[in-house]
Amino acid sequence: MSAAAADLTLRGRVGDPFSSAWRRRLPLLPALLYTVAITQLPFLVSIYYSFTNLKDKTQSLIPEPTKFVGIDNYKQAFSDPFFRQAIWTSVKMTVLAVVLSLVIGTAFAILLDRKFLGRGLIRTLLITPFLLMPVVAALIWKQQMFSSLFGLLDKVLTFLGLNSVAFISDHPLGSLVTVLVWQWTPFMMLIMLAGLQSQPTDIIEAANVDGATALGIFRQLTLPHLRRYLELGALLGSIYIVQAFDAIDVMTGGGPGSTNVPYYVYQQSIGGGFRYGAASAYAIVVVIFSIVIATFALRVLSSLFKDEERA
Amino acid sequence: MKRGTRLGIGERRAVAVGVGVLAWVVGLIWIFPIAWTVFTSFKTEQDASAQTLHHGLSFGRYTDVSHSTTGTLSLQTAFTNSLVVVVVSTLIVLLLALPAAYALAIRPIHKWRDVLFFFISTKFLPVVASIFPIYVYAEKWNLIGTWTILIVLYIAINLPLAVWMIRSFFMEVPRELIEAAEIDGTSLINQLRSVILPIAAPGIAATALLCVIFAWNEYFYALQLNFANASTMPQWVITNVSTRGNFLAKLSAASTIACLPVVLAGWAAQKRMIRGLSMGALK
Repeated sequence: MSAAAADLTLRGRVGDPFSSAWRRRLPLLPALLYTVAITQLPFLVSIYYSFTNLKDKTQSLIPEPTKFVGIDNYKQAFSDPFFRQAIWTSVKMTVLAVVLSLVIGTAFAILLDRKFLGRGLIRTLLITPFLLMPVVAALIWKQQMFSSLFGLLDKVLTFLGLNSVAFISDHPLGSLVTVLVWQWTPFMMLIMLAGLQSQPTDIIEAANVDGATALGIFRQLTLPHLRRYLELGALLGSIYIVQAFDAIDVMTGGGPGSTNVPYYVYQQSIGGGFRYGAASAYAIVVVIFSIVIATFALRVLSSLFKDEERA
Repeated sequence: MKRGTRLGIGERRAVAVGVGVLAWVVGLIWIFPIAWTVFTSFKTEQDASAQTLHHGLSFGRYTDVSHSTTGTLSLQTAFTNSLVVVVVSTLIVLLLALPAAYALAIRPIHKWRDVLFFFISTKFLPVVASIFPIYVYAEKWNLIGTWTILIVLYIAINLPLAVWMIRSFFMEVPRELIEAAEIDGTSLINQLRSVILPIAAPGIAATALLCVIFAWNEYFYALQLNFANASTMPQWVITNVSTRGNFLAKLSAASTIACLPVVLAGWAAQKRMIRGLSMGALK
């Protein structure tokens, strides 16, 4: 067997380059073909749907034949005030959640970068909210904290002699952002901690010997080093948070101020509207926005990546 | 910079203690909602709704939620569904990702970088952009409400992540070892088994745990394609919210049961988790 393998390697090296190249590609193909089939084909079908008036036959009283409608769905998307509102909600929700979780996560990372008793335990506890099902995280906050019937916050307000606040119905966006920040701060913390710990210690020591202050070292050495980690955290966080669905579904079920784009597209289609053609057009618009964010994300990712290779 | 602002040894120790105390306070506040939920799960419904503690603590709510009324989704069904879907999808992900990572790390193909970035770009595509065709075809092929459809989709969710993560662990296998094995004429399978896998094993385990976490917590596809009898744990938790009567203690017990497996998995994988979450960019 080993002789045969050696023979194969030999032929692979000196034989025709084509067969050798394909032998190298072969292990990759199953994963690649699977990913193309499951993620790219449906997307192409979505593009096709977006130019038709496709509806769910079982859900409409008078089924219409499916036909091409040109760019009507796209025109409708851009003139739909609810869609514009959903885009605005998405932007606010994502920016608020990403910025807040990044700021708090960085602060946590700075604390955890120092040695103290029980550091491992605190780190373990802090990542726990990120591990919870988003559905459970939203339910905990909705029922246990925000609820005006038995919520803990309401009990505290009453105890302090203050008026009750209907957190979720009066501040749907704020409530959702609270849950998102609570869950995503640990993620940001881990990224920033990786950044802090990758800092070359010799430079810091040299600065210390030269008599630099802690604040000076932080501003002049640590922050510039952390910049790319901040970018990475912001971009990866945005990609996940912009798609937030679970928390909205559980906490508010949509409604003014809390329906983001994915949730709106869902409401227009399988969530009740069953207008697949129109909803596909909305979804394609979302994809175009995502591509813009993703381009930046990939650039940051690939710059970190080149550094790793050089190292 | 002024030299005078540098701290003495005593002051440094004070700062260290201060940081420790602060970290503990902040950490405990952050996980308070979880701790309170676990605490509530042991209370009676009356105590839970009033946020008081007059009737003691017991495992009663855990028995309550594990005996469901007929006609609703039971814990046993949801747990079995979740377990099958998560385990099978994770195993297939590893089966597909290991050879792919080999072709991207150890004997890299031409243009391996493009392929790697293609994998990750699929994570940037919003799920809503492909859910209708998936729904329409799942309906056509009678896959709604089956394990198969969720397994197929969860593989697609986790595969890019696994390829990136395992590739970055494979990159750490010393080249000399692989070259030595090649010179000895060891076949590809044996190279993988005797040289590469033992070194990359902890990383592969962490990858598997991360895939398990994401699949276990997934809600959108499960809600759209697998309602009723084939639904998974996230939906079972929601069935414990009742519109009549008190339910907070039961909901807390259900949440604890549903989250415990993946919280433990996450704690086990935490050292290497960052690499998966940053798509292999960070260590």
